[in-house]
Amino acid sequence: MLDISAWFNDLLAGNVIFTPDTLGYYWEGLVTTTQLVFLSLVAGLILAVPLAVMRSSKHKWISLPIYFYTYVFRGTPLLIQLYIIYYGVVFVDGIQETFLWPILREAFYPALIAFTLNTAAYTTEIFRGAIKATSKGEIEAARAYGMSQNLMMRRIILPSAFRRALPAYGNEVIFMLHASAIASVVTLMDLTGAARFVYARFYAPFDAFLFVAVIYLCLTFAILYFFRFLEKKLLAHLRPQNT
Amino acid sequence: MLDLQGYGPRLIEGAGVTIQLAVLSLILAILLGLLTATAKMSRNWFLHRTATVYTTVIRGVPDLVLMMLLFFGGQIGVNAISDMLYDHYDIDIYINFNAFAAGVLTIGFIFGAYMGETFRGAFMAVDNGQIEAGKAYGMSSALVFRRIRFPQMMRHALPGLSNNWMVLLKTTALVSVIGLTDMVRVAAEASRATHEPFTFLLPVAAAYLLIASVSEWIFVRLQKRYDIGFGGQ
Repeated sequence: MLDISAWFNDLLAGNVIFTPDTLGYYWEGLVTTTQLVFLSLVAGLILAVPLAVMRSSKHKWISLPIYFYTYVFRGTPLLIQLYIIYYGVVFVDGIQETFLWPILREAFYPALIAFTLNTAAYTTEIFRGAIKATSKGEIEAARAYGMSQNLMMRRIILPSAFRRALPAYGNEVIFMLHASAIASVVTLMDLTGAARFVYARFYAPFDAFLFVAVIYLCLTFAILYFFRFLEKKLLAHLRPQNT
Repeated sequence: MLDLQGYGPRLIEGAGVTIQLAVLSLILAILLGLLTATAKMSRNWFLHRTATVYTTVIRGVPDLVLMMLLFFGGQIGVNAISDMLYDHYDIDIYINFNAFAAGVLTIGFIFGAYMGETFRGAFMAVDNGQIEAGKAYGMSSALVFRRIRFPQMMRHALPGLSNNWMVLLKTTALVSVIGLTDMVRVAAEASRATHEPFTFLLPVAAAYLLIASVSEWIFVRLQKRYDIGFGGQ
């Protein structure tokens, strides 16, 4: 067995800033960032699918409220949304007596709620664009088969819309990763929070922030390549054929 | 009504800071974007590489991290330079690296990368025959740029430009974190002091929506202007 921890301590010997101690902060920050981004993306995706269907509705009274929601959340900074939820949650009547209070008191959940609502708004618009771009022929074919509106949505429109939305959604995922950096503003120890802590402790801005920038860069590339791989798989039918 | 428990005037001042910051960063971003697009299209290997690294790295790192790096690191960097000047050349200057400059520089620098991509696509959309025709008329390349490439490129660049501007506007909110007193910072301070977050944060959110709507209107008009001669589409 290789003694990894001894090797690791050796590597860091003589380094004042990047001790196992501070690397631990970065690691915890990475975990928090990943949790925050992953959970808000999943929740946002679940919200966005029905919202996008409603947004594409022919009835104004269904689509307009959704448009208002996406307009407001896409038109204002995420930081403001985060502040409103973080500072505002205390003022919801009677919330301090409910079982939710211990959860909502921590910064993690207000941040999660703000991120989820924000990404849901962007994702709704991405999906709406994809739904609108469904070719007429597919819809006519589905009608000719006697499919109901629901069945057509489920079997024809949504599956192809998801594929069309994939490149734009990949950008949204990267955007969310970058946006999550503001979680550090409400005292959360995410990756950026860890960097701020290390900066404050050693007064070494270059070391602290360049290191975290490299981590973000790696994460961004990982997401980028994951979506490229997905696109290759799921959009194979759109690639030009080499004969 | 606009008093808002005494915070009204400060909020309006903050809004002024937000708008100044956004406009100045936009100008810087457009200049950097034009440079980057030109570098990316150049046949010079070094210029091409530098521009590619710039756009890739900037677009892969969160705005806030870059802003903190430049703001917290900037003063140290500036101090190091002025120390060196003093030690070696006996020049005694003190440069104060303030939050506003850091904000404009960072936001301009970040969005220069996005603008670069937008402009590159737009430049490539201009028909090569147009440029050749300009050269055939004996125009210098500067004149070709000013009279032919730029006006036709803008037609294609405007949708992307307007998109970038909307994102840039929202990014300015982040400067409140590095200590600049824009409207977000005033509102956050007021919320903490008075325990009435909605009174301050909702008007600020509305102000962002208002600025966004006004700029949307301006961009529609600009697009009309640059679409002249193209069938008015």
